Amino acid sequence: MAIHIPSRVVRFFRERPRLTRGLDRTIAPFEAVSKKLVFGCRMCGQCILHETGLTCPMGCPKTLRNGPCGGVRMNGHCEVIPGMTCVWVKAERRSRLLPWSSTLLKIQPALDWSLKGSSSWVNLLAGVHDKGAGR
Amino acid sequence: MNDNLPGNAGPAGARSGGAFERALASGRPVVTCEISTGDGADPEAVRRRGRLVRDHVDAVNVPDNTAGMPHMSGLAAAAILVQEGIEPILHVTCRDRNRLALQGDLLGAAALGVRNILCLTGDHMVHGDHPDAKPVYDIDSMQLIRLARRLTDEGRYMSGREIKPRPDLFVGAVENPFAPPYDFRPIRLQKKQEAGARFIQTQIVFNVERFAAFMTRVRDLGIDRHLPILAGVAPIRSPRAARHMRDNVAGMEVPEELVRRMDQAGPDRARREEEGIRICVEIIGRLRAIPGIAGFHIMPIHWEDAVGEIVRRAGLIPARTAQRRAVDTDRLVPATTAPSSVSKEHRS
Repeated sequence: MAIHIPSRVVRFFRERPRLTRGLDRTIAPFEAVSKKLVFGCRMCGQCILHETGLTCPMGCPKTLRNGPCGGVRMNGHCEVIPGMTCVWVKAERRSRLLPWSSTLLKIQPALDWSLKGSSSWVNLLAGVHDKGAGR
Repeated sequence: MNDNLPGNAGPAGARSGGAFERALASGRPVVTCEISTGDGADPEAVRRRGRLVRDHVDAVNVPDNTAGMPHMSGLAAAAILVQEGIEPILHVTCRDRNRLALQGDLLGAAALGVRNILCLTGDHMVHGDHPDAKPVYDIDSMQLIRLARRLTDEGRYMSGREIKPRPDLFVGAVENPFAPPYDFRPIRLQKKQEAGARFIQTQIVFNVERFAAFMTRVRDLGIDRHLPILAGVAPIRSPRAARHMRDNVAGMEVPEELVRRMDQAGPDRARREEEGIRICVEIIGRLRAIPGIAGFHIMPIHWEDAVGEIVRRAGLIPARTAQRRAVDTDRLVPATTAPSSVSKEHRS
């Protein structure tokens, strides 16, 4: 499932960088608190929760966005943090429960680390959310 | 068998391809093995290990700071092997380098004659001797595969800036069928194929049943028809090593049966090593019955001497041996000269 933002909206925000920055400053703290509580969000600024079974892949110590590494323990726990279930074990399980079709097969582009800390909602509206898609 | 590799349609397909790529296209079981790069500044140590295995394999894997511990640079070791006329497969992990360093190293590798690269996530340093180091993981293995293919096929950096001349890399990847989530593993393999991987080497197979189940799913997805898969195998050297791999190495599955067999072999060195090699050869035999496997990747874990024995007993014939046999035959028939042996190698 891909979230589609009409190009009119993207253009609107692109042409108004000051408004976009202001919106980001206002929304980012709210987004951080709410998504941190529910999903353990790390504010990468390029949210793909809807494509990873509502499991934040940034909780992975290797920040893997394209699936699990080869070091997952037999009990499904992380090799780095033994007390934690691998985020991709959760993502795989949960994505089957979601009403929309699975997007685990989609190759996620490399992160734009300069967006870390910014609001992914505003980034989505401004069209910088998947800047790396062509990479 | 593998004539419709995904990369062959692209510009890279016009190029000649290295010995390893040709071996994969030949259709016979291909053999690779891993050597350690060592903890020293002596190039001779790398050469010595390379010479131990060179006649028994098609290509030699050179790891990148295995188990999250520093060792001699894989790129340097691979370049030393190239000097020796040995075909290396360079491991490139995302643990220690960001996208700038990775791209620089890929170009450097190509410039040094290192053509085969294996894209991995990289063992986390938490289990190594520098657990306090900063992990990088700027991009992941999937993105690294795509990046290496972009450098090769499009001749552009990630940023889009042009590279001239572009490197000619043969890009591979890995998969571990023995780590959860098991259902996701074949899908992840398919993703790697789509990202541009052109060969696969797997984690060490001790549990053949689980590997067979994985391969069934892989064949259902049709992956094996386009992507040569080399099954990982390893000789267990001692009962202690068997226990260590079972209990302490995440993502490795050692069945109780094998631990028991190693225990029965006892502490005597010759007996336990013989049993370890025998188990390894048995596993290769069972794996050969599974359709869709293009060859074997031997990980001797500091026991390079064992490689020749395993290959011989398993009846595998890598290119060098085949070539030498061809040369021997030519000696018997003086009318045929050396070049014919080369063409034989191409055909076989």
